[in-house]
Amino acid sequence: MLTLGAGMMLVALGPFVAAALAPFVQALLGRFAAWPLALVPGAIFFYLLGFVGADPLTASIEWIPAHGIDLAFRLDGLSLTFALAISGIGALIILYSGDYLKGHPHLGRFLGFMLAFMGAMLGLVLADNTLVLLAFWELTSVTSFLLIGFDHSRQAARRGAIQALVVTNIGGLALLAGAILLYQASGGWSISGLGHLGEDGLYMAVFACICLAAFTKSAQFPLHFWLPNAMEAPTPVSAFLHSATMVMGGVYLLARFHPVLGDTVLWTTVLTVFGGVTMLWGALWATRQTDLKQMLAQTTIASLGLLVLLIGIGNEAALLGMIVYFIAHALYKAGFFLVVGAIDHETGTRDLTALGGLSDRMPLTFIAAAMAGLSMLGLPATLGYFAKEEIYLGSWETIAALAALVIGNALLGGIGLTVGIRPFLGPETRTPRTAHEAPVPMLAGPLLLGAGGIVLALNIDWLAGAILAPATNAIRPLTHELHLSLLPNLADPLFMASVLTWLLAILVFARMSVLRMVMRRIETGVGWTLDKGFDTAMFGLIRFAGAVTRLFHHGRLELYLVVVFAMLALALFLPMLGMGGLDALWPAAEGGAWSSNIGGVDLRLHEWGVVILAVAGLVALVIAPTRLVAILSLGVQGTAVALIFLLFGAPDLAFTQFMVEVLSVVIMALVVARLPLDERDHRPFEDWARDGTLAVVCGAGLSLLLLVVLAGAFDPRLSTFFIETSVPIAHGANIVNVILVDYRGFDTLGEISVVMAAGIAIVALLRARKTPGAAA
Amino acid sequence: MNTIIFRTIAPLIVAIMLVFSVYVCLRGHNEPGGGFIGGLIAASSIAIFAMANGVADVRRALVVDPLALAGFGVFIAACSGLLSLFTGSPFMTSIWLYLDLEEAVVPLSTPMVFDIGVYFVVFGTLSAVALGLQTPDGGEDF
Repeated sequence: MLTLGAGMMLVALGPFVAAALAPFVQALLGRFAAWPLALVPGAIFFYLLGFVGADPLTASIEWIPAHGIDLAFRLDGLSLTFALAISGIGALIILYSGDYLKGHPHLGRFLGFMLAFMGAMLGLVLADNTLVLLAFWELTSVTSFLLIGFDHSRQAARRGAIQALVVTNIGGLALLAGAILLYQASGGWSISGLGHLGEDGLYMAVFACICLAAFTKSAQFPLHFWLPNAMEAPTPVSAFLHSATMVMGGVYLLARFHPVLGDTVLWTTVLTVFGGVTMLWGALWATRQTDLKQMLAQTTIASLGLLVLLIGIGNEAALLGMIVYFIAHALYKAGFFLVVGAIDHETGTRDLTALGGLSDRMPLTFIAAAMAGLSMLGLPATLGYFAKEEIYLGSWETIAALAALVIGNALLGGIGLTVGIRPFLGPETRTPRTAHEAPVPMLAGPLLLGAGGIVLALNIDWLAGAILAPATNAIRPLTHELHLSLLPNLADPLFMASVLTWLLAILVFARMSVLRMVMRRIETGVGWTLDKGFDTAMFGLIRFAGAVTRLFHHGRLELYLVVVFAMLALALFLPMLGMGGLDALWPAAEGGAWSSNIGGVDLRLHEWGVVILAVAGLVALVIAPTRLVAILSLGVQGTAVALIFLLFGAPDLAFTQFMVEVLSVVIMALVVARLPLDERDHRPFEDWARDGTLAVVCGAGLSLLLLVVLAGAFDPRLSTFFIETSVPIAHGANIVNVILVDYRGFDTLGEISVVMAAGIAIVALLRARKTPGAAA
Repeated sequence: MNTIIFRTIAPLIVAIMLVFSVYVCLRGHNEPGGGFIGGLIAASSIAIFAMANGVADVRRALVVDPLALAGFGVFIAACSGLLSLFTGSPFMTSIWLYLDLEEAVVPLSTPMVFDIGVYFVVFGTLSAVALGLQTPDGGEDF
């Protein structure tokens, strides 16, 4: 038997190992690769099943001990529920994918992405450390990007992938900010160690960050628009991402942080309003579609809204309803997507209006679809029924929420009936391919998922004790026994709400085409969608980036230099003026006299000689009649500076300066060898004045800075340290060199890398001139 | 630039400068010098050689592309830092080895290897730039 820690590590990391191996397994086994690979999530599912009923478990290994960040995992009722759904549905979907993408050249890659995504999701729900949670959160964004854009030769798939990545990454950034704020508020990274934050000053900020993260991931209005576009992915991906995983990440996050942030007016209001609007919006928009997959996508948005709404209400019944609904939804929605995938795969279309009478040709698929549809409608003996009962019980006291929930559920139920029954009944239609039953691996998933919803409903007492109660307890400790009864109590007003829901749902089912027409009218009437808004924003961003780039990257060297030197001047003067550095030179107490720390001018003869040499070089540079003279004058001036270094005890510096001067003259001569050397640049007076001013200002600034530095007392700590330790511990008497290669070796390593990179860039530029007409 | 005198003397100057650059590089730990200065001297010698004999000759004499020398420099500098990981110390902890050769004790160390890496980077990069500039159309004319 595995130790607990090792087991948790296997659960969290196993899928990634399988993902890395997937392409090789596929190369060996072809389409049967899905069978052994599905064993990985299957094994995780059964391993986790062993923890049902156990107390919460934690396991962690050190990750970044210096900052107290551990790779910490925690398995409580809530994470167990999510992890079971992820691994169980994952196993069935991987099995399904093998046949769905049979013969696809990139099947191995696809299975690898799926497994990696599943690993990220498992890590996300098991993490007990905000930063670990964030890491897995971002991993789900990246892997889902790969999955949505799997069919990357199609523009729509690429767009959907990028849109999902952009929107969910906004949430990822918000989550990062939230994690850091939580750390500041609580002093730790552990999630289970967090107390309620209600009274903390940071509550508002943390709440905003967590909400933004959850709303982007779980596609809450108005950030929902990425979800329908993510339907560009192959159907198994949609079945997985939009039933129990990806989009449930946000719901999980809110449920997980309910004990930390919940039960405040802000929490209840924001979550209820956004959840409610999202639910109705998604459900209404779903009726507009005829593409079965798009209908399901829109109902997913509605279901997500419903879950957020329930977390917002946050009483025991609502939270219990949230858990039941999550399980029921995961089962029927994954089943539905797989059914639609099978229909699409076998008939060649998934347009509702083009399908009919499939029940003879695909009877097993019909059974699976019907089971999913009934659970979505919430008939007794399906899990959806219990979800609906608890939801109504939880919202009984808020009449607006109750009304919204009845309408939302009715719409969802009507759509469930439409998707589950409409394609199978009525006269048979001609489809692009002649329909026949899907292969066994593609039937196993939807049938098992549909049956799961019913079997769990029939064993509701076991489910309530083993899963529902622990999961709800993890969010809010239950105060009384669960009462979920299989048979409806006909006298209960709750049951009346259910009956009302069913009647409305049947009305929606019957009048779907009318509803669709109305919604389409409204859509064309408005004419603008958030989806289009996203495009506008993205193109705007690109245009803005282009404008900024053109502003700064105009390609005029002299302007670049002007900017660099102007910045240098600012960097020199602003701190001196702003932070009072000049006071050191003219202390107010001495009536504006020069500070006594700076001695008078007291140079010896040869020192005067060097200074005169430097000045002469400078003057010659300014008045040089030709370019060659200017370059040589600059060399003279630099050599004089090197001499000053030599005279004042910095032989290393002088040595380097000499060599740099020699090389600069050589290299500059080489550069300008392509220009006529016997001319002088002709510049208009404005340029001359501008550059001259800048030069004088920068020079004056640097001189002043040096004087200011010298005016202060010299702090000998560093030099004393180097002098004392250089020989004993670094075995070198040349302190400059010892600092370069030993004390600050890491800096030097970075510097020489930059030198090399600059060299490569220069050589590349020089070679670019070879091709005539190419940008030089 | 290509007078007879210059072209006759140049190889001699280049040889002396190269030897001197190695000397400067190696003595750097205790006296003025070091890899950076050594590399600058060596690169200057290459520039002189190129002026006297042409870029093609220099490239032939160097055998490898100067940029490869720069890459090699970064590589051995980084490797010298990695050595200390094998002794369980942090990255770039210096390791010293005193070779006792009858007449003298030769100190070998990872900072020395590091400094030689710096030498190669400076030498390689500046030579590549100087040679590139001296080639009429930018280089690659082996």
